[in-house]
Amino acid sequence: MSNASVGADARTRGRRRIVMTGMGWVTPLGGDVDTVWERLVAGASAIGLITRFQAETFPTNFGAEVKQFDLNEHGPFAELAGLPDETTGRSARFALAAAARAMQQAGLGAPGAAPTAGIDPERMGVYLGAGEGTPDFDACTATCLEAWSGEHRTLDMHVWAQQAYARMEQTKELEQEPYLPVTQIARHFGARGPSFNCMTACAASTQSVGEAVEIIRRDDADIMIAGGSHTMLHPFGMTGFIRLTAMSKRRDAPATAARPFDQTRDGFVMGEGAGVVILEELSHALARGAKPLVEVVGYGSSADAYRITDIQPEGLGAIAAMRSALAQAGIDPAAVGEDGRPLVHYISAHGTGTKENDAIETKAVRGVFGDNASRVPFSSVKSMLGHLIQAAGAVELMTCVQAIRTGFLPPTMNLHNPDPACDLDYVPNRARDMRDANGASRVHVAMSNGFGFGGQNDTLVIRRFDA
Amino acid sequence: MATDWQSGRRRIVITGIGAVSAFGVGHDALWQGLCTGESRLGPIHAFDASGLRSNLAGELPEGFSARDFVPKSYRKGVKVMARDIELAVAAALCAVQHAGWMTPAIDAEAPPTYPPNRVGCQIGAGLIAPELPELASAFVTAAEGKHFSYEQWGEVGMNNLTPLWMLKYLPNMLACHVTILHNAQGPSNTITCAEASGVLSIGESMRVIERGDADAAIAGGVESKVNPTWLLRLDLMKRLAHTDGHSTGANLVRPYDPKAPGTLVGEGGGILALEEAQAALNRGASPVAALLGFGAGHEPQGFDRSPTGAGLAGAIRAALRDANCQAQEIDAILPQACGCPASDGAELEALRAVFGPRLSQIPLVTLAPNLGDLGAGAGAMAVAVGATCLREQALPARIHHGSPESGLLVGPSASETRTLNKVLVCTGSIGGQCGALILARAA
Repeated sequence: MSNASVGADARTRGRRRIVMTGMGWVTPLGGDVDTVWERLVAGASAIGLITRFQAETFPTNFGAEVKQFDLNEHGPFAELAGLPDETTGRSARFALAAAARAMQQAGLGAPGAAPTAGIDPERMGVYLGAGEGTPDFDACTATCLEAWSGEHRTLDMHVWAQQAYARMEQTKELEQEPYLPVTQIARHFGARGPSFNCMTACAASTQSVGEAVEIIRRDDADIMIAGGSHTMLHPFGMTGFIRLTAMSKRRDAPATAARPFDQTRDGFVMGEGAGVVILEELSHALARGAKPLVEVVGYGSSADAYRITDIQPEGLGAIAAMRSALAQAGIDPAAVGEDGRPLVHYISAHGTGTKENDAIETKAVRGVFGDNASRVPFSSVKSMLGHLIQAAGAVELMTCVQAIRTGFLPPTMNLHNPDPACDLDYVPNRARDMRDANGASRVHVAMSNGFGFGGQNDTLVIRRFDA
Repeated sequence: MATDWQSGRRRIVITGIGAVSAFGVGHDALWQGLCTGESRLGPIHAFDASGLRSNLAGELPEGFSARDFVPKSYRKGVKVMARDIELAVAAALCAVQHAGWMTPAIDAEAPPTYPPNRVGCQIGAGLIAPELPELASAFVTAAEGKHFSYEQWGEVGMNNLTPLWMLKYLPNMLACHVTILHNAQGPSNTITCAEASGVLSIGESMRVIERGDADAAIAGGVESKVNPTWLLRLDLMKRLAHTDGHSTGANLVRPYDPKAPGTLVGEGGGILALEEAQAALNRGASPVAALLGFGAGHEPQGFDRSPTGAGLAGAIRAALRDANCQAQEIDAILPQACGCPASDGAELEALRAVFGPRLSQIPLVTLAPNLGDLGAGAGAMAVAVGATCLREQALPARIHHGSPESGLLVGPSASETRTLNKVLVCTGSIGGQCGALILARAA
């Protein structure tokens, strides 16, 4: 029987190198990469009262909404831009906007335009971790209430069917399908290669990027459009997480409710948005003159196989994912470099702000990095953006790219009360300038964690691009 | 595009099959049912479907209980399983039993066949429909007459949903329960690309083992579309045959018949035990079939325009290249063939483009007339049947009550013994994602 070392060999043999050549996002702090980054470095909060539906009486009545979103700003989606969200799906529109920015940066053309010269559409695929679209909550409540038989205390399904035919709409039902963002991106950018969508909850778009990298590594494609999109800022989404007691109930202070690693943290804050990156085989990128932003050097995936509600208390699943990603990257977490620093310079935490996640993730980082752990800056942008659920992984990976490019580490905001169970360097409350005397970034290697409800764990490692 | 990975390529075999369908639980029931040429498309028992325009379906026989497929200690867990999850848990147990693996679900004390971190889990899933009576009984606590009140829902109504309500319906819970039951701690994913989910999941699983991130995996796809929400949704999407006056669906679901009225829904799917070939050999396992090649692609026109079949043809060609095999070597095809003229037509274009005139000599094994459209379970079910065909060196009966396009071997025909060395399983999907797998007779 083979063992882990055989696996490591198989993964490094004849490796194709994969670089990122473009990225785009839609976040509650905006849609332009540089603007949002400035806001993150400044410690801005996107969190406020929910305006998209009547949530005043919900135990959690706040979240991080994407506001004033206009698809027109992101590219000429002529046939879509004028239509309301409901006809194409809010999540799919976020994904299209993010993809348009990413494709533009990668020099791969605009939506609807002919494929860029020299690009083989069958060698360009899409792998998203997009969530389900927005459910038609009003039609669902109305059909159920009309069909409710008070006498029998149950639904009259015959009446329900009549009501449903009258009230449910084809577009709103189709919009809920999770593969729709992939379908839209593939159509508008002419991608005909391998196309996937995965739903591993909060780990989804870390995983989608990782698997997309492996598809290129395996030579099944040259370019992958990867990432995730999601919105659960709707009555069903809020209800589901409120019932799970996973969300903050700090109704009196929404802007500071997301408090990852703080002793007073009481749950996560819901966000929404999308992150899309362009992954490309290195020689393919260089041959067409594309500029690599970073190289993706490690991906690890694991399952807790523990409980559907709880994280494995020792963080074993998270440890396995991080170790696997670092092994693929050829990075020894216990080592230090010539500059005396650990070899990973920044970790973007999953850092949801729930009691359980933050303590166990801290334990897992300690488990992986040992004595080095307290010397690796480790922050959570969820303190500012909220939790973008299936889009979180891709957006947070992009913050790692920005950290490497700019030399600034985004802070964990609202961290004023240290928790004995969270004793690492979370970059509290102020961004950190990691530039050297010449203004060059000293962040060369960064890692991003994504852990999902149900125990699916994923980690990505990226490195400054050196030819 | 030969690269270095081919030289040291790890090969993957199927050593266990778990199938759940209208024929019941287990692949013996499935194979026997298919060989008799029976259609299980009949009236829905699970709820009153009389108000729906399409109300025949391929339901599991009555009496299925997921409690029979989990250890005693896990029975509480069944309460948080929607139907899709229950069916996946049953199928996974069958696959693991069939492969002869030792896992905690089989025997909590025995040492496992594989170290837990070397076992992956890729199970494709669909959007799981909420159980409406459960929702409705909570909604009425936030209503004034027939008028729903958000205010009351926030104050009190939502408290009438069980705290774990959402976990019953997350698509990744199929894989999550299965990883817990069988202690599979390797890479785990949940692919949600409608009908292509099963084939794409098995393909990804194959890649995970091939690149050395696992030595074994539990992979497949399962879904139940036999519920009011999905029947309504698919009807609105104009995918379903209307069933007025019919008591059986066998003559409604007619693959490759341009005048076919649409498909009917079913439930179930397939879950396979996959192993790296050398590891399987070392433990003395006898493979059912080998997984030789995988390809994926995208249909450029997508869900709401006429598909052309180019995406599926691309996926099939990629799978043939990956298997290092020629189209002439394919002895049988298990396509999606759900009976919706638009998608069937595109599929046929793809098959014609790849196989040319020889297509008329290749048996097309279609399962929808027997079982209905299994959604995310369809492709994995086809892999389960294709692998069984290779092991049995036989084709099941093929039923067809319509007028398929001429020159296609889609039946009707009785089951037959036949020399089969390689079979193709391929599916497109409503969203354009396409996948293809080449299966080979075990050495």
